[in-house]
Amino acid sequence: MVSKVLIANRGEIACRIIRACQALGLQTVAVHSEADTEAMHVRLADEARLIGPAQVAQSYLRADAVLAAARETSADAVHPGYGLLSENAAFAQSCRDAGLVFVGPRPEVIAQMGVKTEARAIMRAAGVPVVPGSDGAVADVASAQAIAREFGYPVMLKAAGGGGGIGMQVCHDDAELEKAFKLCAQRAQAYFGNPALYIEKFVTQPRHVEIQVLADEHGHTIHLNERECSIQRRHQKVVEESPSPLLDPELRAEMGAVAVKAAQALGYTNAGTLEFLVDGDRRFYFLEMNTRLQVEHPVTELTTGLDLVQWQLRIARGERLTVQQDEVAPRGHALEVRLYAEDPVTFFPSPGTVSELAWPDGVRIDSWLEAGAVVSPHYDPLLAKIISHGPDRAGAIARMQEALAALRVSGLKTNSPMLQRVLEHPRFQAGTFTTDFVNQELLAPAKA
Amino acid sequence: MPSVTSTMAGTIIEVSVGVGDHVEAGQDVACLESMKMQMYLQAETMGKVSAVKVGPGDFVNEGDVILELE
Repeated sequence: MVSKVLIANRGEIACRIIRACQALGLQTVAVHSEADTEAMHVRLADEARLIGPAQVAQSYLRADAVLAAARETSADAVHPGYGLLSENAAFAQSCRDAGLVFVGPRPEVIAQMGVKTEARAIMRAAGVPVVPGSDGAVADVASAQAIAREFGYPVMLKAAGGGGGIGMQVCHDDAELEKAFKLCAQRAQAYFGNPALYIEKFVTQPRHVEIQVLADEHGHTIHLNERECSIQRRHQKVVEESPSPLLDPELRAEMGAVAVKAAQALGYTNAGTLEFLVDGDRRFYFLEMNTRLQVEHPVTELTTGLDLVQWQLRIARGERLTVQQDEVAPRGHALEVRLYAEDPVTFFPSPGTVSELAWPDGVRIDSWLEAGAVVSPHYDPLLAKIISHGPDRAGAIARMQEALAALRVSGLKTNSPMLQRVLEHPRFQAGTFTTDFVNQELLAPAKA
Repeated sequence: MPSVTSTMAGTIIEVSVGVGDHVEAGQDVACLESMKMQMYLQAETMGKVSAVKVGPGDFVNEGDVILELE
């Protein structure tokens, strides 16, 4: 029985979860730091508890403080949102030990997926493609060449003891591999005191495409299609969409089936996401699994008509997932941009106080921002997610462009001009971008 | 007296110079974290550090003094 949910998060996602609880008739408890006393999520919730000072390590990351707040308010469930404690297996276990329903998968699954090498091994055993590699040091040039020919050039040669790009080289054929092998081994020895090298297939023209899965506690698992998230800067997603311009119905069905099979092999429950790299030949490889709600979940909601957060809560309280796979067909096209408090040119953070704010019409806004809100340097710079929906990709882009042109935020800088540059770029509009897009097209000096 | 001030609000991660050190114009002297991003603060002029006003973990506002130079 779930009747009162504590939301162990802040910002836009805490507001989003509180609204989903309200729609289901559930009571809500917000937790907050001293910096967030006036924040929107605190006012939206039925009750609120202060759990510490501004620094996340002393407030939002304090599992004991969150659990104490749950006890004091007689909450019976905890929704962790994303980030913070959401992928902390020990926290999920502590919730269970305290008799609370944790809105997410079992702690053991969170732990397994949290260790990247273990996740890779489990996924490979479940029949999920991973980036092929030697899985350990290669003995000499000849054996490296044999492995490289087996999964096909180009390959990436990497120092087993290293990191930071040192002793790392892309090789396109046997001859290049032979030359690089000696050099990389020497450099690896010099830098890391260990000449051992391993090889991995080099993923060319990589795109980041992820599959949303949803599983109840009665053995029913479905996928909710893909999200295209290749527009990133420093591994931080900036623009996401669904469907991906890269996928056709066959590849979508294949990736979806693999994701469902993997989730079933894990005994996965609740919402989760399998992240893949898709290469220029449209082969896909498992990257990692996020055992929680994703920031970009709204594009899936707008194209499937399903409320993911409500389903998370319903599944957590034991309900059966009544949606069947064949009922999940993409409807139109959805696009999400992340509005950050940052300088659009230097990308430096831009904390401050919002003086004026006018949201555009015709789009979905997931945000915690309001006039007078203080954007604190203690937290991440996400101000809002703006999500547009159209009958097709061009329609969704056009609607987003209108929205960004109409957006008014003053008191701090936002990345809106940079988002507009992405949307108007011919390569973005053609749908032919890769994960290098921002570096190649927006940061590189203008070509003569 | 010249000084190095913070260019934005955030938490000091590290101060890489001490009293008596000589700093060059443009040299990184401290690391600041703001909105989960780390960046370096630089000395604008050369000089000898006469005082260090902050330490790791301290919260600073825009314009707060990090170092004093002589």
